[in-house]
Amino acid sequence: MAGTGAAGLKDATAVVGIGQTPFAKQLPDSEKTLACRAILAALDDAGISPAEVDALASYTMEETDEVEVAKAVGFGDLSFFSKVGFGGGGSCATVAHLASAVATGQATVGVAWRSRKRGSGPRPWKNTAVQLPTPAQWTRPFGLLRPADEIAMLTRRYLHEYGATRDHLFNVALACRNRANQNPAAMMYERPLTRDMYMTSRWISEPLCLFDNCLETDGALACVIVSAERARDCRQRPVYVHSAAQGLPAQHHGMVNYWNDDPLTGPAWTAARHLWKQADFTPEDVDVAQIYDAFTPLIPLSLEGYGFCGRGEGGAFTEGGALEIGGRLPLNTSGGGLSEAYVHGFNLINEGVKQLRGTSTAQVPGAATCLVTAGEGVPTSALLLRT
Amino acid sequence: MLTPVVDDDGAPFWEYAARGELRVQACAEPGCGELRFPPRPCCPHCHSFDSEWRRMSGRGRIWSYVIPHPPLLPDYAAQAPYNVVVVELAEARRIRLVGNLVSGPDAPLNSVAGERIRIGARVQVVFGTGVGDGRDGPRLPRWVLERP
Repeated sequence: MAGTGAAGLKDATAVVGIGQTPFAKQLPDSEKTLACRAILAALDDAGISPAEVDALASYTMEETDEVEVAKAVGFGDLSFFSKVGFGGGGSCATVAHLASAVATGQATVGVAWRSRKRGSGPRPWKNTAVQLPTPAQWTRPFGLLRPADEIAMLTRRYLHEYGATRDHLFNVALACRNRANQNPAAMMYERPLTRDMYMTSRWISEPLCLFDNCLETDGALACVIVSAERARDCRQRPVYVHSAAQGLPAQHHGMVNYWNDDPLTGPAWTAARHLWKQADFTPEDVDVAQIYDAFTPLIPLSLEGYGFCGRGEGGAFTEGGALEIGGRLPLNTSGGGLSEAYVHGFNLINEGVKQLRGTSTAQVPGAATCLVTAGEGVPTSALLLRT
Repeated sequence: MLTPVVDDDGAPFWEYAARGELRVQACAEPGCGELRFPPRPCCPHCHSFDSEWRRMSGRGRIWSYVIPHPPLLPDYAAQAPYNVVVVELAEARRIRLVGNLVSGPDAPLNSVAGERIRIGARVQVVFGTGVGDGRDGPRLPRWVLERP
């Protein structure tokens, strides 16, 4: 089974259960209750009793802690727990940490989760008291207040430097919306998007308009990770964690990454180098991708970072239906953060699992490999999943 | 308006700004002297903990800009849509400062229309008498076009 060293993680563990709550602007349950519902659904999907869970992982921005979850759901003794920083950059790392723990014998059954009431709760950027002095002192007094403003700054430079256009950003928004229109669980199910709607929508932070931004959502998701050996006895077809990586580039500065040598090559580039080094396949072999989409420009930036095209070619890559079903790289097949739900990217992980089980509402025929990524622009993480 | 939440490393920047000087932290190790921003305890190039604050010419070029629209905090919403720019300093292209392009030292955030802003435009630093509209708070570095 799993050895130590570079090959220790490869296919040594599998995701065997996924669970989610409904997604909506407003749900009556608390974040804690939503977390418990998603976790129990994931364990039920796997056919594993809560008493067998001995490892947990979530984000540092998750409000419900391990103690609360463990006692509410009835877990056994825990031997591993981990939280990953940097907001949406942490999503894939939660699975990666559990895969490492299981592969090295520190735990046997791991649960990763994220619960969020961003739809009905306050906008986090309005709480100016909790902003860290660095880098907030260099940005916020000047009115660069929200994540959308911070990413719009990089976007303007990206469009200027490479000749990418708003039509390229629209291609991203449309691909996600088209998939959400196939997904009854998506917040934008039965709500088609047109180019005219996109081009005439209100600005949030020029050059980003309403449809370049993710949805504010209440909801929770979870998944279950066990060893590849154990996975063979679970209810569902195992989805193997083939490769995993985190990425925090040299001289990086969080989401206001304007101060390093090359702000347009972000954390995706760093994570990708490690991810592909450990993998038996290459970007050309990826059947379907779930790429973190809090904002549309994160897609071209990530397509470049993860090696699907050359530098500066991410905009052009989106042309000709490349991101649609049947295209070169079907993208965010549940609708993603832009059109299914924005739960800090955890829905992208579960959708990757569905694709490899063959149960997506926008199934890519015969999908055997899937890239899942966490937030670009912040210290990030990524997973290669395979059947 | 929000005032800078100053940390130990950043404090000298704001003290110099209060005197109308734009200074950037530099390594004080002989033979190194690298500029660094944001400020931090030691030099990432040579690992010296000795630093100095070097006065800049205050000239630069616009590297990028955004135009925020509401929802925004109330003081900012009142001036929206306004601009936020990133300026690359003439002395060191990779020292970039977030700021606002304004028509004068104490002009409002929206005093230069978005259509007039271009990446690459030359700008010069100015210091208002206080935050934003000049009434109170620390002095922020702000930017005016060299050729208005």
